[in-house]
Amino acid sequence: MPSRSVVAPVVAVALVAAACATAPRMSQAPPAPTSGFGKPISEADIAPWNIDIRTSDGRGLPSGRGSVAQGKSVYEAKCIECHGAEAKGGSVYGPMVGGIGSFTTDRRVVTPGSMYPYAPILFDYIRRTMPMDKPQTMTNDEIYAVSAYLLHLNGLVPADAVMDAATMPRVQMPNRDGFIPDDRPDTRAVRCMQNCR
Amino acid sequence: MGPTGPERRPPAPRNEAFADTTSRSRRRFLRESVAMVGGALVASAAAPRVAGAAPLPIPESELKPGRAIPAAEYGMPSKFEAGVLRRRTDVFVNRQNLADWSMTPLQSQLGIVTPNGLFFERHHAGVADIDPRTHRLAVHGMVKQPLMFTIDDLLRYPSVSRFHFLECSGNTLADWLKAASTTVQQTHGLLSGAQWTGIPASWLLNEAGLQPGAKWVLFEGADGATHTRSIPLEKVLDDVLIAYGQNGEMLRPEQGYPVRALIPGWEGNVSVKWLRRIKVSDQPWYFRSETARYTDPMPGGKWRIFSFEMECKSVITRPSGGMKLPGSGVYEIQGFAWSGRGRITAVDVSVDGGKNWQEATLEHPVIDKMLTRFRYRWNWNGSPSVIASRAMDSTGYVQPTVEEIKRVRAISGFVQHHNGIFPWSVGANGEVKNAIA
Repeated sequence: MPSRSVVAPVVAVALVAAACATAPRMSQAPPAPTSGFGKPISEADIAPWNIDIRTSDGRGLPSGRGSVAQGKSVYEAKCIECHGAEAKGGSVYGPMVGGIGSFTTDRRVVTPGSMYPYAPILFDYIRRTMPMDKPQTMTNDEIYAVSAYLLHLNGLVPADAVMDAATMPRVQMPNRDGFIPDDRPDTRAVRCMQNCR
Repeated sequence: MGPTGPERRPPAPRNEAFADTTSRSRRRFLRESVAMVGGALVASAAAPRVAGAAPLPIPESELKPGRAIPAAEYGMPSKFEAGVLRRRTDVFVNRQNLADWSMTPLQSQLGIVTPNGLFFERHHAGVADIDPRTHRLAVHGMVKQPLMFTIDDLLRYPSVSRFHFLECSGNTLADWLKAASTTVQQTHGLLSGAQWTGIPASWLLNEAGLQPGAKWVLFEGADGATHTRSIPLEKVLDDVLIAYGQNGEMLRPEQGYPVRALIPGWEGNVSVKWLRRIKVSDQPWYFRSETARYTDPMPGGKWRIFSFEMECKSVITRPSGGMKLPGSGVYEIQGFAWSGRGRITAVDVSVDGGKNWQEATLEHPVIDKMLTRFRYRWNWNGSPSVIASRAMDSTGYVQPTVEEIKRVRAISGFVQHHNGIFPWSVGANGEVKNAIA
């Protein structure tokens, strides 16, 4: 059994520790909680929101299909007002055709044909944003069809093409290999102070 | 602490006359010039102090009670500040105002925090109007247990508050090679700073449990564009916030009410507003926003993709385009510096078009990935001058000139990530103009 003289310093240390524990704790971020407040949910319940498509291989493309000819009808009913006839540019937006091959010129023309390395980007973007006043209202067939029409106007698929989850990822986009990862910092400025120029 | 290093208090004016004839009248001039739409100077603002002038009249405000306190209200700025507004672009003609932007009046901002009503906007399909009681945030994909959160759920966690700037990748894009904009609001106003409150995104991901192989995270908004971006998991676990608060109150609708992602130091559009979904995967998605919109043209027909970081940048906000100096004399050059890679370590100012530079004073606080204020006392001799600032950050990076950026990138057309040194010219008549060329 320890003597009193041994116990006393232990108590003193414990008191100091207690005092420290009650002192204000300053920190940039509280420690991560050991338990959370999220409610378990099933992937099936998330399905109506699960609209993303991995455009490089088309994972997430739904069932359905649409032809260039059907797409022309859809386009003229739902898109032409803002984008103009044959996607050449309209009252609100510029052209969605041309520009392929412009990347090495002074004036680059940015269109789906030139700026989409993967064709399924069309499906993903049209579904989530178009038409601008009624997004997420087009059927899968309509979206495949209008995608086929736009790809055709860009000279990337023939007039009899049909787009679906199998054909769309196989369309070869001109700038498939035109994108490079971020390699900045790319400038090498130095801190000159006197007689710099 | 050296004379040019960060300091907590501005130096006291050297004498009464100095304070009176320069800083006070200059402040009055700047306020008036800012309040006026054209930024024209009221000539009388420059009137010198006259010794022995008429006795000061008793102000009317002292001769009657002021406005009574209403039972409840949301307070607004003085009516005399009515000209301090965020403004849409006056350089581009946007034929709709849904996928559009508005800019912060940086020339009027005091301190490093942008008031919520002046914080810049960039939307892809207008401002969503969301009831927080029905809003849900889902976390799923490569996780062990998909989870759903209400706003009340998020508010039950310990909160974290951090100061960070947000800058649109397109900030300054109209002014690469020739002057298109008049004011600093139009050249640099897609930039603001705020204190953000929320919880680390890592908490929600760890609660759901990451599966092996997880590398990328999708953030998706509940707006009419369901705006979506792919973010590397490493960044999300490092410092990304799921934010519901801004400058002491819940987010404004235009800032993503009731909840948004806040991705410190990275181009603004990745901080997805009206956040409804977080999905984990092993690869990026290559959305349209990631290939056709937020990419940078490079020599040889290539485009740089996933260029997330906003590099070190600075700009002089006073004096700046559209203002007019009332005459030669001492002026406190002021501005902002910021870096998406860290902390501002120094800012230099040139008053001779970039030939010679002097170190400016940084104002406390100097915060990682936040706006930092600098100042430099300039004795203008009244001859035409070109003033500019250059910032350095904690990685050792030095803000480049446009010429230096042009050497390594393709500056043509609609080009983003302009962090070049930005000059203003001061004419012999005191007029301050955009001098990019």
